[in-house]
Amino acid sequence: MIPDFIRVSVVALGLTTGIGWADEPFIIVQSTTSTQNSGLLDYILPGFEAETGIDVRVVAVGTGQAIRNAVNGDGDVLLVHAKPAEEQFVADGWGVERFDVMYNDFVLVGPKSDPANVKGGSDIVEALATVAGGEAPFVSRGDDSGTHKAEMRHWGAAGIDPTGASGTWYREAGAGMGATLNVASGMGAYVLTDRATWLSFGNRGDLEVLVEGDPRLFNQYGVTLVNPEKHPGVRATAGQRFIDWLIGPDGQAAIDSYMLDGQQLFFSNAK
Amino acid sequence: MLIWWYIVQGFAAEFNQALSLILNGDAELWAIVLLSLRVSIFAVLISAVIGMPIGAALAVARFPGRRVMIILVNALMGFPPVVVGLLVYLMLSRSGPLGVLELLYTPTAMIIAQVVLVTPIMAALTRQVVEMLAEEYSEQLRSLGVSRLASVPVLLWDARLALVTALLAGFGRAIAEVGAVIIVGGNINHVTRVMTTTIALETSKGNLALALALGVILIGLAVVVNAMVSTLTLRAEREGLRHA
Amino acid sequence: MRDVVTGTPGVLEVSGLSIARDGKVLLDVPHLCLDGPGPTLILGPNGAGKSLLLRCLHGLIQPDRGRVCQNGVVLNAGHKARQAMVFQSPVLLRRSVAANLDFVLKRQSMPRALRKRRIEALLAEGGLDGKARQPARSLSGGEAQRLAILRALALDPETLFLDEPTSALDPSATQMIERMVLRASTRGVRIVMVTHDIGQARRLASDIVMMQAGYVVEHGAARRVLETPESDDSRRYLAGGLVT
Repeated sequence: MIPDFIRVSVVALGLTTGIGWADEPFIIVQSTTSTQNSGLLDYILPGFEAETGIDVRVVAVGTGQAIRNAVNGDGDVLLVHAKPAEEQFVADGWGVERFDVMYNDFVLVGPKSDPANVKGGSDIVEALATVAGGEAPFVSRGDDSGTHKAEMRHWGAAGIDPTGASGTWYREAGAGMGATLNVASGMGAYVLTDRATWLSFGNRGDLEVLVEGDPRLFNQYGVTLVNPEKHPGVRATAGQRFIDWLIGPDGQAAIDSYMLDGQQLFFSNAK
Repeated sequence: MLIWWYIVQGFAAEFNQALSLILNGDAELWAIVLLSLRVSIFAVLISAVIGMPIGAALAVARFPGRRVMIILVNALMGFPPVVVGLLVYLMLSRSGPLGVLELLYTPTAMIIAQVVLVTPIMAALTRQVVEMLAEEYSEQLRSLGVSRLASVPVLLWDARLALVTALLAGFGRAIAEVGAVIIVGGNINHVTRVMTTTIALETSKGNLALALALGVILIGLAVVVNAMVSTLTLRAEREGLRHA
Repeated sequence: MRDVVTGTPGVLEVSGLSIARDGKVLLDVPHLCLDGPGPTLILGPNGAGKSLLLRCLHGLIQPDRGRVCQNGVVLNAGHKARQAMVFQSPVLLRRSVAANLDFVLKRQSMPRALRKRRIEALLAEGGLDGKARQPARSLSGGEAQRLAILRALALDPETLFLDEPTSALDPSATQMIERMVLRASTRGVRIVMVTHDIGQARRLASDIVMMQAGYVVEHGAARRVLETPESDDSRRYLAGGLVT
């Protein structure tokens, strides 16, 4: 147990600083940079908060880190895009049940000059093989995120292990989607990104979408309640309310109505 | 200067936007600045309350293991913020020993992380200044019959200008730090989003205007803090308050 | 304690005093008795052990062997409280001139109003009137040493030790210090002062202790020592010859 003096002193600290002790109920959602950087959450969350009075606090990190944080119990709801990893999370008992929420797709972007000549194609595996063959610069997230996991699946399908070329034409940024796009924009490299982050990204420089439309570029988002049996501190009721709203008609409609520059970024597909 | 000019030319639109955000008193922007200041000021004050007595004790007291402690405190000064963030995260996580306090992802967590970062700076700088002063004062104070213990408040008061400088140095480290607070604060909008984490986020969104505006404010703060330090130093020189 | 009847300080007596470092004798004084009202001037070249002897008399340094007695009693805290010392380079607190004096008076739990009057009187005595609010560290060398002497006098000592207080000062500043010392002596403060300046010894001394290489080579009435020195070392030093 925690000594009383620590308890008292942190409460005193909170009171004197007058911050971090909001009266309103809240939940913590471990999510990914793509949902936040695209502006989707800022757009749909006020609706939920107005309806329920529950404040949704979003921690946006890579999918891999989000899942690890959720395993530690540092979140009430997990909203990420790596279905196999999410199902493992539930199977291991850390999550209660996973629900499909929405999807968008990945696109391969690269410099307008297109040195590997992949523009206009719709086969991501073939395009990646061409990039590798020409040793054209490619920037990877390299951070165990959902996007990184997807990218590695496509390299695998092409029978290529690009990590062997790490540091030469293959660069691992070890960063979020936006930061990785900044790197690619700076060095005129190819990069795999989710469409939502791409559309809301403000520093594209010379980059444009080169390959899209491959069914394998489908990007599914799922939501899971962190298991209160593993972590009694989980705000299960409020968290479940958020999930019910998100996969219910109101949340789904809100997702579909989010537009950026006249384009829809996410498509609801809860069952 | 030339490089600066090129940057301004290349990102003229972003710079104009950044300046208008600052000059028009954008509410969101100032809320972030205010939170940064509150977190870092509290962190520095708490660090001073903890670190300065430790530093003074290390300077004046003689006990076995003192040298080792001094080396330890000096080494802690260079502790990587990300590691501090990770350690505080492990403590405050629901899986950690202090998990039931529910402090993770709150400003209090950020204050704790900054206190861990800044306290060694306070202790080390205080130790350095007070030790130098103690050496100079030692015979005189003993001649006046002031005991070792009673000399501590005398030394702290006479080192006041250097200690304020240490305070400002600690504040500079706290306010400019990003690695630790982004881990324990989570960069949650309206709750734990401070200047540095916003800069990191907005840069990753390619939204350079807001990042630049905050960068300009951070640089401004750094200039103000440094101006205060140099004013104090000047005053110290004029009044002969400098040490050694 | 001060002899209440006569108002004169008691006998300061040294016996079997010795200090050595790395096999080299720094101080070896089998016997020395300071029983006159002074001023006593300790005279000799650099490295003769003058300052070391002074520090032993004041209890700042514990000798390897031997002891210092006052009126036959080994030097204790009560004695030391009635001693004061002025160092070669004045160690002034980083505060105002008045605060340097107030520091000493406060330690005697003197009431505020009384302290204020005492400070005014002391400043007038040292020719520092009008400088009360000035930072002590911004005083000139002569003023700083005068303040150090005033602060020592504020302790109301029976014995005042001075360690080459004028060695860094010009003739007029030296003269002011010497006048202060003589006035204090006239008021009954026993003066024990280290110097290497023969002229100063001539001007101030009632008795002179001649030192050489850690030993007392001669002790006697000032005029006698200066005019008919008994030891070769004294003769050489007074003649201005090279003394090694």
